[in-house]
Amino acid sequence: MRRVLTDVVYAVQEWLETFGASQLFLMRILGGCPRALLRPSLIIRQVYASGVLSLAIIGISGLFVGMVLALQGYNSLERFGATESLGVVAALALVRELGPVVTALLFAGRAGTALASEIGLMRATDQLSGMEMMAVDPVRRVVVPRFLGGIISMPLLAAIFSAMGIFGAWMVGVVLLGVDEGSFWSSMRDQVDYREDVLSGVLKSFVFGVAASLLAVFEGYNSIPTAEGVSRATTRTVVLTALSVLILNFMLTAVLLGEV
Amino acid sequence: MRQTRAVEFGTGLFVFMGIVALFFLTTRVTNFDSYQGDKGYTLIARFDNVGTLKERSPVSMSGVTIGRVIDVEFDGDALEAVVRMRINSEYNKIPDDTDASILTQGILGGQYVGLEPGGSEDFFKDSDEIQFTQSALVLEQLISKYLFSQGEDSDGE
Repeated sequence: MRRVLTDVVYAVQEWLETFGASQLFLMRILGGCPRALLRPSLIIRQVYASGVLSLAIIGISGLFVGMVLALQGYNSLERFGATESLGVVAALALVRELGPVVTALLFAGRAGTALASEIGLMRATDQLSGMEMMAVDPVRRVVVPRFLGGIISMPLLAAIFSAMGIFGAWMVGVVLLGVDEGSFWSSMRDQVDYREDVLSGVLKSFVFGVAASLLAVFEGYNSIPTAEGVSRATTRTVVLTALSVLILNFMLTAVLLGEV
Repeated sequence: MRQTRAVEFGTGLFVFMGIVALFFLTTRVTNFDSYQGDKGYTLIARFDNVGTLKERSPVSMSGVTIGRVIDVEFDGDALEAVVRMRINSEYNKIPDDTDASILTQGILGGQYVGLEPGGSEDFFKDSDEIQFTQSALVLEQLISKYLFSQGEDSDGE
């Protein structure tokens, strides 16, 4: 019994330590940001790695999520005889929730793992220590551009996801199921608000971008320098990002809606 | 060198696509143009009961949306609801004896302000007040009216 208790205490202590360390790491990254912005070519390369290479998975997922939304929405709305509202349902769900959240989860799987294992491997092969020997700060040279690249890519990817999703919903709803095209778009435009819906979605995806990128570079940078350590860092990145995105999503939604 | 250019090209294309997607979301999906629509004029109407009328509810005339409600307030002195609405400037020939009523669109639809043109030669100007208004119909009040009228009928017999 006592052993269980000490285990729990240790686990909480370790968790708090990791959390604190990640926040200090974030401070270090932010401190390195102004200098890194002077070398945009490094950031552009990272936007390419985390954004452009994630484009295919984001676009295709968005399309299919939108198509399923239209199918499910049509099926439910038909019971109320309100299929004209299909556009609103699909657009609100995508712009407010599914766009930012699903993009962040896919981003963790596609770009977060790549970041964590890349930095972890640099650590394991002593490239980071080598940089330190040459008086190059690895945080500034390696971590900051990757972090900024992730932050820039996430909101853009989420916007592309939502746009593709609305296109998918249009394809299934209007082209296949025969919802009236005019009411599909006009009801959407009547009900979706620029500030409350679109901007809150962009804000969410930005916050998720910070969380996902930070966790990926943090786990990679602090990975144990062995093959097993790198693989564990990669796994932890996906698990922690998924959890923190979903928790952050609830908190952000509660604040943005102001209803709790 | 060639690889760097490919990276730059891809990144440029990606950022461009992202911005196009954001543009699509703001202009096609939302009623963004109504925010820029400061080219319009405001009308005020007082109602006994506005039902579920809210900010951004449409104002329509002959079924065409010509403006939007910008806010709904309760006037504590007159004990009435004050609805302010913004009418697009292109519709500047609305007779000033037009009457406003609160109507419902569809079954699930929200409520909107319907304008019924009058015959006056003068037109509404900015921050004019609509004199003739008709409140929203409240289902419970309708039912109780009906029940009372039934009761009176049976008394008369």
